[in-house]
Amino acid sequence: MLIKSRVHVLPALCLVGLLFLSAFAAAPAEAQEIHAGGYPQQTGEALFKGLCQGCHMPNAQGAAGAGAYPALANNVRLVAAIYPITVVLNGQRAMPDFGDDLTDAQIANVLNYVRTHFGNHFKDIITPANIAAARRPKAPPTP
Amino acid sequence: MPDASIAPMNRRSLFKLIGMVAGSAVMYQAMAELGHAGESGYTGPVELKGDPKGATVLILGAGLAGMSAAYELRNAGYKVEVLEYNDRPGGRNWSLYGGDSYTELGGFTQQVQFAPGLYLNPGPWRIPYHHRAMLDYCKRLKVPLEPFTQVNYSAYLHSEKAFGGKPIRYREVQADFNGHVAELLAKATNQTGLDQAVTKEDREVLLEAMRIWGALDKNYEYKKGLVTSERRGYVSDPGGGLTSEPTLSEPLAMRELMQSQLWGFIAAGHIYEFQSALFQPVGGMGMIGKAFGKELGNLIQYNAKVTEISQDDQGVTVTYHDSKTGGAPKVAKAQWCICTIPASILSQINLTVGAPMKSAIDALYYDSAIKVGLQFKRRFWEQDESIYGGISFTDMPNALIGYPSTKFFDDGPGVLLGAYTFGPNSFQFAAMSPEERVRKAVEMGTKIHPQYPAEFQNGVAVAWHRVPWTLGCAGHWTEELRATHYDNLCAIDGRIMLAGEHASRLPAWQEGAVLSSLDAIKRLHQRVMSG
Repeated sequence: MLIKSRVHVLPALCLVGLLFLSAFAAAPAEAQEIHAGGYPQQTGEALFKGLCQGCHMPNAQGAAGAGAYPALANNVRLVAAIYPITVVLNGQRAMPDFGDDLTDAQIANVLNYVRTHFGNHFKDIITPANIAAARRPKAPPTP
Repeated sequence: MPDASIAPMNRRSLFKLIGMVAGSAVMYQAMAELGHAGESGYTGPVELKGDPKGATVLILGAGLAGMSAAYELRNAGYKVEVLEYNDRPGGRNWSLYGGDSYTELGGFTQQVQFAPGLYLNPGPWRIPYHHRAMLDYCKRLKVPLEPFTQVNYSAYLHSEKAFGGKPIRYREVQADFNGHVAELLAKATNQTGLDQAVTKEDREVLLEAMRIWGALDKNYEYKKGLVTSERRGYVSDPGGGLTSEPTLSEPLAMRELMQSQLWGFIAAGHIYEFQSALFQPVGGMGMIGKAFGKELGNLIQYNAKVTEISQDDQGVTVTYHDSKTGGAPKVAKAQWCICTIPASILSQINLTVGAPMKSAIDALYYDSAIKVGLQFKRRFWEQDESIYGGISFTDMPNALIGYPSTKFFDDGPGVLLGAYTFGPNSFQFAAMSPEERVRKAVEMGTKIHPQYPAEFQNGVAVAWHRVPWTLGCAGHWTEELRATHYDNLCAIDGRIMLAGEHASRLPAWQEGAVLSSLDAIKRLHQRVMSG
């Protein structure tokens, strides 16, 4: 359930791994560890280092090749909280959606971390309730 | 249950077990559907009849999609030009060898230190027997193929949470799982539990089938004996002369095996795309890209970073600059364009296409995957453990260990695939430095092969979200996205068509990339010929 529809495109090897996702309890969160089958990290820093920096880079400066990952450092586009909330929940172009993989609290924590580090000094705090409110309503189950 | 051969098995756990078995079958079915199992539509080299009268086609990307399109269009009389971001042909068809240098996004550079002839395929690594277009291109381009072993009965299945973390041989898990299930079904049959489902005549056939399939004894029991050791292996094998007596092996207890979930790994090898026979190019998957590149020669312009793609009634204009040195923008023009740039990159390039195609491109992010190649001083998996090719699976984040299907019995070093993972595990690997990924893969692999620390020499780790020219491994399609966007992604927009694995229903497979190109050029040719 954790990977949900994301598995559709993958060569089926990984699907087998799905069986195990629910079976194994999360280890205590810490930076730069790998945890089988999900994201147990809870603090903003642990989530940034365990997940976000894969693309946005350890210094949050982003990177550019044939395409680019935007810098999160000194990023004025983070000023309206709803923008990064929406991007993390739903994805945007090359950015995957993490709404199903992360809890409201995890998303709030990591956004608060990014919005107060790397040269960002936004004063308003994002709460889990803000995240919950921004989630798209779930489609009714197919009969 | 009166029979004591299945020790603590009450009615409830029986139902639970049957649920598990049924669940596994249902899961296999789902996998097959998700993989879109189906035969390749390829029936032989594409025929583009008629003279295109020197019509020009600009192809963006020298991966397998772009190069197969260029190859066929050139042969049909088109004037083609290919622009490629990298300094080599192949794209994701790619092998890393000793002496190669690879810099991922963020500037992390790895100098590959593999011994001569050893390699890692960071992307695709196998070609199923029914991927007929790929096999045919290998034949036409004279790329020698050798067998790729997917299922190896001697490889391991491993869970940190089962059997004390001890890896179990694939053959033992498979034989014991089948045997226990066969015994249960035989019991249910004998206890008239299946009266409604099976006629009296069929019941005898079913019992016999269970006995043969599951290696049951004459009492329909799965237990230690010659017949089960012939499936799961012996403690010591039968021999010759006076030391010939084998030592029979004890099957794994049913309950522990079921709870271990190791049986879940067996289904992978049942999937259409992983059924024997599979193939790999001798010397690395990248041999195919190299062969295509040699064939196309100077039709490919390397180090070209595309920044804009525009079209009007007359043709297509592409702006690019040198990907290594920057410099002044250059312009390439043609009447038509086949664009194989990954959607993750294309969504960031100025592109004059209609809203339907643009929305489709924007909707597709690319999945995460990582691969780690590890070189060891000797092929201990062969020498110590009789594992020749194939894959061991684990519930650790490295997901699997792949053994080389080539150079068996070599005395020198060998390279293992030490990790190949998707999803959250892969995102977390990607967030590490390449050196940390290698270290982690060694750490995890040591739990399966204790020889690792003493034999390890060097490694290389490719995280696809940090690959500068893809931003991920393959287009992320869901059923919903396909329903909304797939046709729009593949449709011709003015003078521009897209191709690549993302424009196929064989996602992440090279066959999908090639078939999407063949489909595109057929439609393009039709358009050109009809004036």
